[in-house]
Amino acid sequence: MIALLKRDLALAVRAGGGFGLGVAFFLILCALVPFGVGPETSALRPIAPGILWVGALLSCLLSLDRIFALDHEDGSLDLLATAPIPLEGAVAVKALAHWVTTGLPLIAAAPLFGILLHLPGQAVPWLIASLLIGTPALSMLGAFGAAITVGLRRGGLLLSLLVLPLYIPTLIFGTEIVRRGMEQGSTATPLLFLAGITAGVLALVPFAAAAALRVNLR
Amino acid sequence: MIELGKYAGTVLAAYGVSLALLAGLVWQSIVANARARRDLERQEKNG
Amino acid sequence: MSIWEYANPVKFMRTSGAILPWAAGAAAICTTGGLLWGFLTPEDYKQGSTVKIVFLHVPAAMMAINIWVMMLAASLIWLIRRHHVSALAAKAAAPVGAVMTLIALATGAVWGQPMWGTWWEWDPRLTSFLILLLFYIGYMALWSAIDDPDSAADLTGVLCLVGSVFAILSRYAVLFWNQGLHQGASLSVAPGERMSAVYRYPLYLTMLGFFLLFLTLLLIRTRTEIRRRRLAALQAREMRA
Repeated sequence: MIALLKRDLALAVRAGGGFGLGVAFFLILCALVPFGVGPETSALRPIAPGILWVGALLSCLLSLDRIFALDHEDGSLDLLATAPIPLEGAVAVKALAHWVTTGLPLIAAAPLFGILLHLPGQAVPWLIASLLIGTPALSMLGAFGAAITVGLRRGGLLLSLLVLPLYIPTLIFGTEIVRRGMEQGSTATPLLFLAGITAGVLALVPFAAAAALRVNLR
Repeated sequence: MIELGKYAGTVLAAYGVSLALLAGLVWQSIVANARARRDLERQEKNG
Repeated sequence: MSIWEYANPVKFMRTSGAILPWAAGAAAICTTGGLLWGFLTPEDYKQGSTVKIVFLHVPAAMMAINIWVMMLAASLIWLIRRHHVSALAAKAAAPVGAVMTLIALATGAVWGQPMWGTWWEWDPRLTSFLILLLFYIGYMALWSAIDDPDSAADLTGVLCLVGSVFAILSRYAVLFWNQGLHQGASLSVAPGERMSAVYRYPLYLTMLGFFLLFLTLLLIRTRTEIRRRRLAALQAREMRA
Protein backbone atom coordinates (compact mmCIF):
# COMPACT_ATOMS: atom_id res chain seq x y z
CA MET A 1 0.00 0.00 0.00
CA ILE A 2 2.84 2.33 0.81
CA ALA A 3 4.39 1.40 -2.52
CA LEU A 4 1.12 2.34 -4.22
CA LEU A 5 1.08 5.68 -2.42
CA LYS A 6 4.68 6.39 -3.47
CA ARG A 7 3.89 5.45 -7.05
CA ASP A 8 0.84 7.70 -7.21
CA LEU A 9 2.69 10.62 -5.67
CA ALA A 10 5.63 10.17 -8.03
CA LEU A 11 3.29 10.03 -11.02
CA ALA A 12 1.50 13.19 -9.90
CA VAL A 13 4.76 15.08 -9.42
CA ARG A 14 6.35 13.95 -12.67
CA ALA A 15 3.26 14.51 -14.75
CA GLY A 16 3.44 18.12 -13.59
CA GLY A 17 0.50 20.42 -13.96
CA GLY A 18 -1.68 18.53 -11.53
CA PHE A 19 0.06 20.09 -8.57
CA GLY A 20 -0.04 23.71 -9.56
CA LEU A 21 -3.24 23.66 -11.57
CA GLY A 22 -5.62 23.33 -8.65
CA VAL A 23 -3.91 26.12 -6.73
CA ALA A 24 -3.81 28.34 -9.81
CA PHE A 25 -7.53 27.81 -10.33
CA PHE A 26 -8.11 28.65 -6.67
CA LEU A 27 -6.10 31.88 -7.11
CA ILE A 28 -8.08 32.90 -10.18
CA LEU A 29 -11.33 32.24 -8.42
CA CYS A 30 -10.31 34.37 -5.43
CA ALA A 31 -9.13 37.11 -7.79
CA LEU A 32 -12.36 37.08 -9.79
CA VAL A 33 -14.69 37.48 -6.83
CA PRO A 34 -13.67 41.09 -6.01
CA PHE A 35 -14.35 42.02 -9.64
CA GLY A 36 -17.83 40.66 -9.16
CA VAL A 37 -18.74 42.11 -5.79
CA GLY A 38 -16.53 45.19 -5.57
CA PRO A 39 -13.24 45.86 -3.80
CA GLU A 40 -14.57 47.25 -0.49
CA THR A 41 -13.45 45.46 2.66
CA SER A 42 -16.98 45.68 4.01
CA ALA A 43 -18.25 43.72 1.00
CA LEU A 44 -15.47 41.15 0.88
CA ARG A 45 -14.89 40.34 4.51
CA PRO A 46 -18.29 38.76 5.32
CA ILE A 47 -18.14 36.46 2.30
CA ALA A 48 -14.42 35.59 2.52
CA PRO A 49 -14.92 32.29 4.44
CA GLY A 50 -17.53 31.14 1.96
CA ILE A 51 -15.46 32.08 -1.08
CA LEU A 52 -12.38 30.34 0.28
CA TRP A 53 -14.30 27.17 1.05
CA VAL A 54 -16.21 27.08 -2.23
CA GLY A 55 -12.94 27.80 -4.05
CA ALA A 56 -11.20 24.93 -2.28
CA LEU A 57 -14.12 22.68 -3.14
CA LEU A 58 -14.08 23.53 -6.83
CA SER A 59 -10.31 23.29 -7.13
CA CYS A 60 -10.52 19.89 -5.49
CA LEU A 61 -13.11 18.89 -8.08
CA LEU A 62 -10.81 19.75 -10.99
CA SER A 63 -8.42 16.85 -10.54
CA LEU A 64 -10.89 14.23 -9.35
CA ASP A 65 -11.39 12.42 -12.63
CA ARG A 66 -7.65 11.73 -12.79
CA ILE A 67 -7.78 9.58 -9.65
CA PHE A 68 -8.74 6.50 -11.63
CA ALA A 69 -8.95 7.57 -15.29
CA LEU A 70 -5.27 7.13 -16.22
CA ASP A 71 -4.98 3.81 -14.40
CA HIS A 72 -8.17 2.64 -16.09
CA GLU A 73 -6.79 3.50 -19.53
CA ASP A 74 -3.47 1.67 -19.22
CA GLY A 75 -4.97 -1.28 -17.37
CA SER A 76 -3.12 -0.91 -14.08
CA LEU A 77 -6.49 -0.58 -12.38
CA ASP A 78 -7.27 -4.17 -13.32
CA LEU A 79 -3.93 -5.20 -11.82
CA LEU A 80 -4.82 -3.34 -8.64
CA ALA A 81 -8.15 -5.13 -8.47
CA THR A 82 -6.45 -8.51 -8.64
CA ALA A 83 -3.60 -7.50 -6.33
CA PRO A 84 -3.39 -9.08 -2.86
CA ILE A 85 -4.34 -5.83 -1.12
CA PRO A 86 -8.10 -5.25 -0.76
CA LEU A 87 -9.55 -2.87 -3.31
CA GLU A 88 -11.05 -0.79 -0.49
CA GLY A 89 -7.51 -0.13 0.76
CA ALA A 90 -6.30 0.74 -2.72
CA VAL A 91 -9.16 3.22 -3.07
CA ALA A 92 -8.31 4.82 0.26
CA VAL A 93 -4.66 5.14 -0.75
CA LYS A 94 -5.66 6.69 -4.06
CA ALA A 95 -7.80 9.22 -2.20
CA LEU A 96 -4.93 9.93 0.16
CA ALA A 97 -2.60 10.56 -2.78
CA HIS A 98 -5.18 12.93 -4.24
CA TRP A 99 -5.42 14.74 -0.92
CA VAL A 100 -1.64 15.10 -0.61
CA THR A 101 -1.27 16.45 -4.15
CA THR A 102 -4.40 18.66 -4.20
CA GLY A 103 -5.70 19.20 -0.68
CA LEU A 104 -2.40 20.07 1.02
CA PRO A 105 -1.32 22.72 -1.52
CA LEU A 106 -4.77 24.27 -1.25
CA ILE A 107 -4.51 24.42 2.53
CA ALA A 108 -1.07 26.01 2.26
CA ALA A 109 -2.33 28.58 -0.23
CA ALA A 110 -5.63 29.39 1.45
CA PRO A 111 -4.26 31.85 4.10
CA LEU A 112 -2.47 33.81 1.35
CA PHE A 113 -5.63 34.06 -0.71
CA GLY A 114 -7.45 35.01 2.49
CA ILE A 115 -5.37 38.20 2.50
CA LEU A 116 -6.73 39.02 -0.97
CA LEU A 117 -10.26 38.76 0.42
CA HIS A 118 -9.49 40.72 3.62
CA LEU A 119 -9.96 37.72 5.85
CA PRO A 120 -9.08 38.95 9.37
CA GLY A 121 -6.02 37.42 11.02
CA GLN A 122 -7.81 35.74 13.88
CA ALA A 123 -9.78 33.61 11.40
CA VAL A 124 -6.70 32.19 9.66
CA PRO A 125 -5.99 29.39 12.19
CA TRP A 126 -9.61 28.34 11.97
CA LEU A 127 -9.46 28.39 8.17
CA ILE A 128 -6.43 26.08 8.20
CA ALA A 129 -7.95 23.83 10.85
CA SER A 130 -11.29 23.52 9.07
CA LEU A 131 -9.62 22.78 5.73
CA LEU A 132 -7.29 20.24 7.34
CA ILE A 133 -10.24 18.41 8.84
CA GLY A 134 -12.65 18.84 5.93
CA THR A 135 -10.63 18.28 2.75
CA PRO A 136 -9.87 14.56 3.36
CA ALA A 137 -13.62 13.96 3.17
CA LEU A 138 -13.70 15.91 -0.11
CA SER A 139 -10.98 13.68 -1.60
CA MET A 140 -12.63 10.49 -0.40
CA LEU A 141 -16.07 11.46 -1.73
CA GLY A 142 -14.39 12.53 -4.94
CA ALA A 143 -12.78 9.11 -5.22
CA PHE A 144 -16.26 7.61 -4.90
CA GLY A 145 -17.57 9.83 -7.70
CA ALA A 146 -14.52 9.02 -9.83
CA ALA A 147 -15.04 5.31 -9.23
CA ILE A 148 -18.64 5.55 -10.45
CA THR A 149 -17.82 7.51 -13.59
CA VAL A 150 -14.47 5.90 -14.46
CA GLY A 151 -15.55 4.10 -17.62
CA LEU A 152 -17.66 6.89 -19.07
CA ARG A 153 -17.03 9.24 -21.91
CA ARG A 154 -17.71 12.79 -20.79
CA GLY A 155 -17.57 11.51 -17.24
CA GLY A 156 -16.10 14.76 -15.94
CA LEU A 157 -19.30 16.78 -16.10
CA LEU A 158 -21.37 13.98 -14.60
CA LEU A 159 -18.76 13.60 -11.89
CA SER A 160 -19.28 17.17 -10.69
CA LEU A 161 -23.05 16.74 -10.78
CA LEU A 162 -22.81 13.64 -8.62
CA VAL A 163 -20.13 14.79 -6.20
CA LEU A 164 -21.06 18.39 -5.46
CA PRO A 165 -24.33 17.61 -3.63
CA LEU A 166 -22.34 15.22 -1.43
CA TYR A 167 -20.05 18.11 -0.49
CA ILE A 168 -22.85 20.21 1.02
CA PRO A 169 -22.59 19.11 4.67
CA THR A 170 -18.81 19.54 4.68
CA LEU A 171 -19.14 22.99 3.12
CA ILE A 172 -21.77 24.11 5.63
CA PHE A 173 -19.75 23.15 8.69
CA GLY A 174 -16.42 24.25 7.18
CA THR A 175 -17.56 27.81 6.48
CA GLU A 176 -19.39 27.93 9.81
CA ILE A 177 -16.12 27.26 11.63
CA VAL A 178 -14.30 30.05 9.81
CA ARG A 179 -17.19 32.49 10.25
CA ARG A 180 -17.41 31.85 13.95
CA GLY A 181 -13.63 32.08 14.22
CA MET A 182 -13.80 35.44 12.46
CA GLU A 183 -16.39 36.69 14.94
CA GLN A 184 -14.48 35.21 17.88
CA GLY A 185 -17.42 32.90 18.61
CA SER A 186 -17.47 29.35 19.86
CA THR A 187 -16.28 26.98 17.13
CA ALA A 188 -16.45 23.70 19.05
CA THR A 189 -19.84 22.48 17.74
CA PRO A 190 -19.26 22.83 13.97
CA LEU A 191 -15.71 21.56 14.44
CA LEU A 192 -16.99 18.38 16.04
CA PHE A 193 -19.66 17.95 13.35
CA LEU A 194 -17.10 18.43 10.59
CA ALA A 195 -14.72 15.94 12.20
CA GLY A 196 -17.59 13.49 12.59
CA ILE A 197 -18.53 13.74 8.92
CA THR A 198 -14.93 13.27 7.81
CA ALA A 199 -14.45 10.27 10.10
CA GLY A 200 -17.67 8.68 8.86
CA VAL A 201 -16.78 9.31 5.22
CA LEU A 202 -13.27 7.90 5.61
CA ALA A 203 -14.61 4.80 7.33
CA LEU A 204 -17.54 3.96 5.04
CA VAL A 205 -17.11 5.49 1.58
CA PRO A 206 -14.10 3.31 0.56
CA PHE A 207 -16.46 0.32 0.55
CA ALA A 208 -18.96 2.08 -1.70
CA ALA A 209 -16.18 3.30 -4.00
CA ALA A 210 -14.62 -0.16 -4.23
CA ALA A 211 -18.03 -1.69 -5.01
CA ALA A 212 -18.49 0.84 -7.82
CA LEU A 213 -14.99 0.10 -9.16
CA ARG A 214 -15.68 -3.65 -9.21
CA VAL A 215 -18.82 -3.01 -11.26
CA ASN A 216 -16.89 -0.88 -13.72
CA LEU A 217 -14.10 -3.45 -14.09
CA ARG A 218 -16.51 -6.32 -14.68
CA MET B 1 -67.56 30.65 -9.92
CA ILE B 2 -65.60 30.42 -6.72
CA GLU B 3 -64.43 33.71 -5.30
CA LEU B 4 -60.64 33.63 -4.80
CA GLY B 5 -60.24 37.18 -3.55
CA LYS B 6 -57.06 39.13 -3.94
CA TYR B 7 -54.91 36.00 -4.15
CA ALA B 8 -56.61 34.63 -7.27
CA GLY B 9 -53.46 34.96 -9.37
CA THR B 10 -51.36 33.15 -6.79
CA VAL B 11 -53.71 30.21 -6.40
CA LEU B 12 -54.34 29.84 -10.12
CA ALA B 13 -50.62 30.04 -10.90
CA ALA B 14 -49.83 27.32 -8.36
CA TYR B 15 -52.54 25.04 -9.75
CA GLY B 16 -51.59 25.84 -13.32
CA VAL B 17 -47.90 25.08 -12.90
CA SER B 18 -48.52 21.88 -10.94
CA LEU B 19 -51.17 20.50 -13.24
CA ALA B 20 -49.06 21.34 -16.29
CA LEU B 21 -46.10 19.47 -14.80
CA LEU B 22 -48.25 16.48 -13.90
CA ALA B 23 -49.91 16.45 -17.30
CA GLY B 24 -46.51 16.55 -18.98
CA LEU B 25 -45.28 13.65 -16.90
CA VAL B 26 -48.37 11.54 -17.57
CA TRP B 27 -48.26 12.32 -21.28
CA GLN B 28 -44.56 11.47 -21.53
CA SER B 29 -45.09 8.18 -19.67
CA ILE B 30 -47.95 7.13 -21.92
CA VAL B 31 -46.22 8.08 -25.16
CA ALA B 32 -42.99 6.33 -24.17
CA ASN B 33 -44.94 3.23 -23.19
CA ALA B 34 -46.88 3.18 -26.45
CA ARG B 35 -43.68 3.56 -28.44
CA ALA B 36 -41.96 0.76 -26.52
CA ARG B 37 -44.93 -1.52 -27.08
CA ARG B 38 -45.07 -0.72 -30.80
CA ASP B 39 -41.35 -1.30 -31.32
CA LEU B 40 -41.47 -4.55 -29.36
CA GLU B 41 -44.44 -5.87 -31.32
CA ARG B 42 -42.77 -5.04 -34.63
CA GLN B 43 -39.58 -6.76 -33.52
CA GLU B 44 -41.44 -9.86 -32.34
CA LYS B 45 -43.38 -10.11 -35.61
CA ASN B 46 -40.26 -9.82 -37.74
CA GLY B 47 -37.95 -11.94 -35.61
CA MET C 1 -46.69 -17.93 -3.33
CA SER C 2 -44.35 -15.21 -2.24
CA ILE C 3 -43.82 -11.60 -3.11
CA TRP C 4 -40.69 -12.50 -5.09
CA GLU C 5 -42.86 -14.06 -7.78
CA TYR C 6 -43.42 -10.54 -9.07
CA ALA C 7 -39.71 -10.30 -9.75
CA ASN C 8 -40.44 -12.44 -12.80
CA PRO C 9 -40.94 -9.93 -15.63
CA VAL C 10 -43.64 -11.98 -17.38
CA LYS C 11 -45.61 -12.35 -14.18
CA PHE C 12 -45.08 -8.67 -13.42
CA MET C 13 -46.32 -7.64 -16.86
CA ARG C 14 -49.46 -9.75 -16.49
CA THR C 15 -50.30 -8.59 -12.98
CA SER C 16 -49.47 -4.96 -13.56
CA GLY C 17 -51.52 -4.98 -16.74
CA ALA C 18 -54.51 -6.19 -14.72
CA ILE C 19 -54.01 -3.65 -11.92
CA LEU C 20 -53.22 -0.68 -14.14
CA PRO C 21 -56.75 0.38 -15.28
CA TRP C 22 -58.05 0.22 -11.70
CA ALA C 23 -55.10 2.16 -10.30
CA ALA C 24 -55.38 4.76 -13.04
CA GLY C 25 -59.13 5.17 -12.48
CA ALA C 26 -58.78 5.43 -8.72
CA ALA C 27 -55.91 7.91 -9.08
CA ALA C 28 -57.97 10.08 -11.44
CA ILE C 29 -61.00 10.05 -9.15
CA CYS C 30 -59.09 10.73 -5.93
CA THR C 31 -56.82 13.41 -7.36
CA THR C 32 -59.46 15.39 -9.23
CA GLY C 33 -62.04 14.81 -6.49
CA GLY C 34 -59.63 15.89 -3.76
CA LEU C 35 -58.44 18.94 -5.67
CA LEU C 36 -62.01 20.03 -6.51
CA TRP C 37 -63.10 19.53 -2.91
CA GLY C 38 -60.04 21.46 -1.80
CA PHE C 39 -60.93 24.24 -4.20
CA LEU C 40 -64.36 24.59 -2.62
CA THR C 41 -63.04 24.93 0.94
CA PRO C 42 -63.63 28.27 2.68
CA GLU C 43 -60.87 30.86 2.92
CA ASP C 44 -58.51 30.87 5.84
CA TYR C 45 -58.84 34.00 7.97
CA LYS C 46 -55.10 34.65 7.81
CA GLN C 47 -53.98 33.24 4.46
CA GLY C 48 -57.06 33.95 2.38
CA SER C 49 -57.59 31.75 -0.63
CA THR C 50 -53.89 30.79 -0.81
CA VAL C 51 -54.64 28.02 1.66
CA LYS C 52 -55.97 26.06 -1.31
CA ILE C 53 -52.38 25.57 -2.49
CA VAL C 54 -51.84 23.19 0.39
CA PHE C 55 -53.74 20.49 -1.48
CA LEU C 56 -50.98 20.40 -4.08
CA HIS C 57 -48.02 21.40 -1.97
CA VAL C 58 -48.24 18.88 0.87
CA PRO C 59 -49.05 15.73 -1.18
CA ALA C 60 -46.29 16.57 -3.68
CA ALA C 61 -43.75 17.13 -0.90
CA MET C 62 -44.79 13.92 0.81
CA MET C 63 -44.44 11.92 -2.39
CA ALA C 64 -41.10 13.56 -3.22
CA ILE C 65 -39.60 12.09 -0.07
CA ASN C 66 -41.47 8.79 -0.16
CA ILE C 67 -40.48 8.11 -3.77
CA TRP C 68 -36.83 8.47 -2.83
CA VAL C 69 -37.36 5.99 0.01
CA MET C 70 -39.05 3.63 -2.43
CA MET C 71 -36.08 3.99 -4.82
CA LEU C 72 -33.74 3.19 -1.93
CA ALA C 73 -35.73 0.05 -1.09
CA ALA C 74 -35.84 -1.02 -4.76
CA SER C 75 -32.09 -0.40 -5.13
CA LEU C 76 -31.38 -2.49 -2.05
CA ILE C 77 -33.52 -5.32 -3.39
CA TRP C 78 -31.64 -5.16 -6.68
CA LEU C 79 -28.21 -5.07 -5.04
CA ILE C 80 -29.02 -7.94 -2.68
CA ARG C 81 -31.34 -10.19 -4.66
CA ARG C 82 -30.62 -9.15 -8.28
CA HIS C 83 -34.23 -8.85 -9.42
CA HIS C 84 -34.24 -6.86 -12.64
CA VAL C 85 -37.78 -5.59 -12.20
CA SER C 86 -36.70 -3.95 -8.96
CA ALA C 87 -33.87 -2.02 -10.60
CA LEU C 88 -36.15 -0.96 -13.44
CA ALA C 89 -38.79 0.19 -10.96
CA ALA C 90 -36.20 2.41 -9.24
CA LYS C 91 -35.27 3.85 -12.62
CA ALA C 92 -38.93 4.39 -13.50
CA ALA C 93 -39.68 6.14 -10.22
CA ALA C 94 -36.93 8.76 -10.42
CA PRO C 95 -38.53 11.16 -12.96
CA VAL C 96 -41.83 11.00 -11.06
CA GLY C 97 -40.00 11.90 -7.85
CA ALA C 98 -38.18 14.75 -9.56
CA VAL C 99 -41.45 16.19 -10.87
CA MET C 100 -43.02 15.90 -7.40
CA THR C 101 -40.06 17.78 -5.93
CA LEU C 102 -40.43 20.43 -8.62
CA ILE C 103 -44.15 20.81 -7.87
CA ALA C 104 -43.46 21.15 -4.15
CA LEU C 105 -40.81 23.81 -4.84
CA ALA C 106 -42.91 25.67 -7.43
CA THR C 107 -46.10 25.79 -5.38
CA GLY C 108 -44.03 26.75 -2.36
CA ALA C 109 -42.44 29.62 -4.26
CA VAL C 110 -45.77 30.89 -5.55
CA TRP C 111 -47.25 30.60 -2.08
CA GLY C 112 -44.29 32.19 -0.36
CA GLN C 113 -44.54 35.30 -2.50
CA PRO C 114 -47.70 36.77 -0.87
CA MET C 115 -47.22 35.11 2.56
CA TRP C 116 -43.55 35.72 3.26
CA GLY C 117 -43.00 38.44 0.68
CA THR C 118 -40.39 36.43 -1.18
CA TRP C 119 -40.27 33.72 -3.84
CA TRP C 120 -37.38 31.95 -2.25
CA GLU C 121 -36.00 31.80 1.22
CA TRP C 122 -32.96 29.79 2.33
CA ASP C 123 -35.10 28.02 4.83
CA PRO C 124 -34.05 24.52 5.96
CA ARG C 125 -37.05 22.80 4.42
CA LEU C 126 -36.80 24.65 1.12
CA THR C 127 -33.07 24.10 0.94
CA SER C 128 -33.43 20.40 1.70
CA PHE C 129 -35.87 20.05 -1.17
CA LEU C 130 -33.50 21.83 -3.51
CA ILE C 131 -30.79 19.37 -2.47
CA LEU C 132 -33.20 16.48 -2.97
CA LEU C 133 -33.87 17.77 -6.49
CA LEU C 134 -30.10 17.78 -7.15
CA PHE C 135 -29.90 14.16 -6.01
CA TYR C 136 -32.77 13.19 -8.32
CA ILE C 137 -31.08 14.94 -11.24
CA GLY C 138 -27.74 13.28 -10.57
CA TYR C 139 -29.41 9.88 -10.25
CA MET C 140 -31.24 10.23 -13.56
CA ALA C 141 -28.16 11.59 -15.30
CA LEU C 142 -26.15 8.58 -14.17
CA TRP C 143 -28.81 6.17 -15.48
CA SER C 144 -28.79 7.81 -18.89
CA ALA C 145 -24.99 8.00 -19.07
CA ILE C 146 -24.18 4.28 -18.75
CA ASP C 147 -24.79 1.96 -21.69
CA ASP C 148 -24.63 -1.45 -20.05
CA PRO C 149 -27.97 -1.90 -18.23
CA ASP C 150 -26.66 -4.09 -15.41
CA SER C 151 -23.72 -1.81 -14.61
CA ALA C 152 -26.09 1.16 -14.72
CA ALA C 153 -28.41 -0.55 -12.25
CA ASP C 154 -25.50 -1.40 -9.93
CA LEU C 155 -23.90 2.03 -10.00
CA THR C 156 -27.13 3.95 -9.58
CA GLY C 157 -28.02 1.59 -6.75
CA VAL C 158 -24.78 2.40 -4.94
CA LEU C 159 -25.29 6.10 -5.66
CA CYS C 160 -28.82 5.90 -4.24
CA LEU C 161 -27.45 4.35 -1.02
CA VAL C 162 -24.72 6.95 -0.54
CA GLY C 163 -27.08 9.71 -1.67
CA SER C 164 -29.68 8.72 0.91
CA VAL C 165 -27.16 9.01 3.72
CA PHE C 166 -26.04 12.40 2.49
CA ALA C 167 -29.58 13.63 1.87
CA ILE C 168 -30.36 12.99 5.54
CA LEU C 169 -27.02 14.45 6.61
CA SER C 170 -27.68 17.58 4.54
CA ARG C 171 -31.14 17.89 6.06
CA TYR C 172 -29.66 18.24 9.55
CA ALA C 173 -26.61 20.24 8.46
CA VAL C 174 -28.97 22.75 6.84
CA LEU C 175 -30.98 22.94 10.04
CA PHE C 176 -27.80 23.91 11.84
CA TRP C 177 -26.98 26.48 9.18
CA ASN C 178 -30.19 28.48 9.13
CA GLN C 179 -33.40 28.53 11.12
CA GLY C 180 -36.35 29.06 8.86
CA LEU C 181 -39.71 30.62 8.19
CA HIS C 182 -41.45 27.43 7.21
CA GLN C 183 -44.13 26.13 9.54
CA GLY C 184 -43.90 22.73 11.18
CA ALA C 185 -45.56 19.56 9.99
CA SER C 186 -49.03 20.29 8.58
CA LEU C 187 -50.58 17.12 9.93
CA SER C 188 -49.08 17.28 13.41
CA VAL C 189 -51.32 15.64 15.98
CA ALA C 190 -50.48 18.19 18.67
CA PRO C 191 -53.63 20.18 19.52
CA GLY C 192 -53.58 23.76 18.38
CA GLU C 193 -51.14 23.07 15.57
CA ARG C 194 -53.49 20.74 13.79
CA MET C 195 -55.35 21.92 10.71
CA SER C 196 -59.09 22.30 10.88
CA ALA C 197 -61.06 19.31 9.66
CA VAL C 198 -62.45 21.41 6.80
CA TYR C 199 -59.00 21.32 5.22
CA ARG C 200 -57.79 18.03 6.63
CA TYR C 201 -60.18 15.65 4.87
CA PRO C 202 -59.72 16.97 1.34
CA LEU C 203 -56.00 16.93 2.06
CA TYR C 204 -56.12 13.24 2.99
CA LEU C 205 -57.98 12.58 -0.25
CA THR C 206 -55.42 14.38 -2.41
CA MET C 207 -52.59 12.59 -0.60
CA LEU C 208 -54.25 9.28 -1.44
CA GLY C 209 -54.76 10.55 -4.98
CA PHE C 210 -51.12 11.50 -5.40
CA PHE C 211 -50.04 8.15 -4.05
CA LEU C 212 -52.29 6.33 -6.52
CA LEU C 213 -51.06 8.60 -9.29
CA PHE C 214 -47.50 7.64 -8.43
CA LEU C 215 -48.46 3.95 -8.40
CA THR C 216 -50.07 4.27 -11.84
CA LEU C 217 -47.11 6.12 -13.33
CA LEU C 218 -44.68 3.70 -11.71
CA LEU C 219 -46.46 0.72 -13.26
CA ILE C 220 -46.63 2.35 -16.69
CA ARG C 221 -42.99 3.40 -16.64
CA THR C 222 -41.75 0.08 -15.31
CA ARG C 223 -43.67 -1.69 -18.07
CA THR C 224 -42.02 0.67 -20.57
CA GLU C 225 -38.59 -0.19 -19.19
CA ILE C 226 -39.28 -3.94 -19.29
CA ARG C 227 -40.42 -3.69 -22.91
CA ARG C 228 -37.36 -1.66 -23.84
CA ARG C 229 -35.12 -4.21 -22.16
CA ARG C 230 -36.80 -7.06 -24.02
CA LEU C 231 -36.54 -5.19 -27.28
CA ALA C 232 -32.83 -4.66 -26.73
CA ALA C 233 -32.39 -8.34 -25.92
CA LEU C 234 -34.24 -9.39 -29.09
CA GLN C 235 -32.20 -7.01 -31.22
CA ALA C 236 -28.99 -8.29 -29.69
CA ARG C 237 -30.02 -11.86 -30.49
CA GLU C 238 -30.81 -10.88 -34.08
CA MET C 239 -27.41 -9.26 -34.44
CA ARG C 240 -25.71 -12.44 -33.34
CA ALA C 241 -27.79 -14.65 -35.63
